[in-house]
Amino acid sequence: MGWYEKKDKPAIPSEKELWAVCPKCNSHFPKAEWKAAGAICPKCNYHGRLGARARIAATADKDTFEELFAGISYSDHLSFSDATGPYVKKVEATIAKLGEKEAVVTGFCEIMSHPVALGVMDFAFMGGSLGTGTGEKIARLCEEAVRARRPLVLFSASGGARMHEGILSLMQMAKTSAAIARLKEAGLPYISVLTDPTTGGVSASYAMLGDINISEPRALIGFAGRRVIENTIRQKLPADFQSAEYLEKHGFIDRIVERSDMRRFIAKMLEYWGF
Amino acid sequence: MKKTATAKGRAKTAMDSVKIARDAKRPHVRDFIAGVCSDFEELHGDRLVNDDRAMVAGFGTIGRFKALILGHNKGSSVEENVESNFGMVNPDGYRKAMRLAKLAERFGNPVVTFVDTPGAYPGREAEERGQAEAIAKSLEFFSDLETPVVVVITGEGGSGGALAIAVGDEILMMENAVYSVISPEGCAGILWRDGAKAPEAAEALKITAKDLLALKVVDKVVKEPAGGAHKNPSAAIAAVKKAILDSLERLAKVPAAELVEKRYAKLRAYGNFY
Ligand SMILES: [Zn+2]
Repeated sequence: MGWYEKKDKPAIPSEKELWAVCPKCNSHFPKAEWKAAGAICPKCNYHGRLGARARIAATADKDTFEELFAGISYSDHLSFSDATGPYVKKVEATIAKLGEKEAVVTGFCEIMSHPVALGVMDFAFMGGSLGTGTGEKIARLCEEAVRARRPLVLFSASGGARMHEGILSLMQMAKTSAAIARLKEAGLPYISVLTDPTTGGVSASYAMLGDINISEPRALIGFAGRRVIENTIRQKLPADFQSAEYLEKHGFIDRIVERSDMRRFIAKMLEYWGF
Repeated sequence: MKKTATAKGRAKTAMDSVKIARDAKRPHVRDFIAGVCSDFEELHGDRLVNDDRAMVAGFGTIGRFKALILGHNKGSSVEENVESNFGMVNPDGYRKAMRLAKLAERFGNPVVTFVDTPGAYPGREAEERGQAEAIAKSLEFFSDLETPVVVVITGEGGSGGALAIAVGDEILMMENAVYSVISPEGCAGILWRDGAKAPEAAEALKITAKDLLALKVVDKVVKEPAGGAHKNPSAAIAAVKKAILDSLERLAKVPAAELVEKRYAKLRAYGNFY
């Protein structure tokens, strides 16, 4: 859940209600100031998480977004249940709260008058986890992009595969990657935007397959979790390990783009490629 | 500790299968290669930085087929365990696999993969050299490789690290192998907040060969000798060889373009309930 989006309002506002805390540099800001800054830390320039709808509003030309595959949702093919109860209960509560049926919103839109197929993941939906519905929407978006000959722009934000959907969630990594291979073969470009955080099975599938992979300042990007790695190698990792900046330095991110420059940058790349 | 519960030597719970799949005495990739291939020439390196010993690769002969063999290598001795990182592959290993599979495609060799890994290696250099990118590329790469790909899950199918060499035309799975999005211990740690609840997580995740056949993630289950493959390795390996040859014969009749179309349809059908 986005920590800056909590909506419950007790009679006496708590510390948490009044203050936003940057998870990267720990600076405290009055909530209003954080909101005014567009969830971007005034101190360290960390680009905070955006919900799918807010991201679409910030990315698409006004009134151009037409949603596709909005009816596709999760599937509980394992009848999965854990210590805290059935998956169905948890995911239905998320759906009721967020008003989204899956961890990705897909559709067509224009970005500075360039027609694109746009997918935006929402970390607030079960940690942006990749379930069968998520994978299905992304695969269909690729196929629809091929039919309409539109470039693909995908904003990722995910903790990885949705384990409540078991092996079939793992298979979505292969399914989406295969759909992206077809899009590229059809001569269409794919711009992948890895936002905070993009890890696990999502980083190890479509998010890392962009013709260009771009990110936002200080986003967390990686395959394995920091603690798992530290426990495995028995060493402390550098503070900036798995940051967008670290990945750019190691050659896996083409460019770190400020949110305020995102539309221009995407449009410019599409223009270079003739889209 | 409770002994592995079996009825007539068959695993009863998902955790029984996990234990058998991880048994150190279970045949590993080099045992399968020795038993399945009449000859084998190993090849090394990703041509970029390294040769990852956790990924075995080379050309070999299986019956009338000259194939590329790929497989995770857990190792069968302490030295080999260490050298091969207990089968946990670095990006270099996936890149070696892709390099040689491209060669197989060029010369019309089918590809046979043996899957047995706890998962991709969670290390600092693995991340710095692009573990996520290497796995992603591998999924994309094998999805449209124009040569037959037969996958055999022989032991532990550990998440993305397994899947990276498990995209193919026919997916075979040994009776006591397991294949999962996350280890039962990992899942229990997160969703039960108690790693000791791994047996519950193993059941809930549906990770056994029988489960995966029902979910249509695997095409065929290869029976094992009572008690598991390590009780009679040569019989277990012979059964795997027969299943691989059946698959290769079937796939040899399919033109490459049709093969790739069918593979896409297969991937596309995973979780297509809408
Ligand atoms: Zn900050």
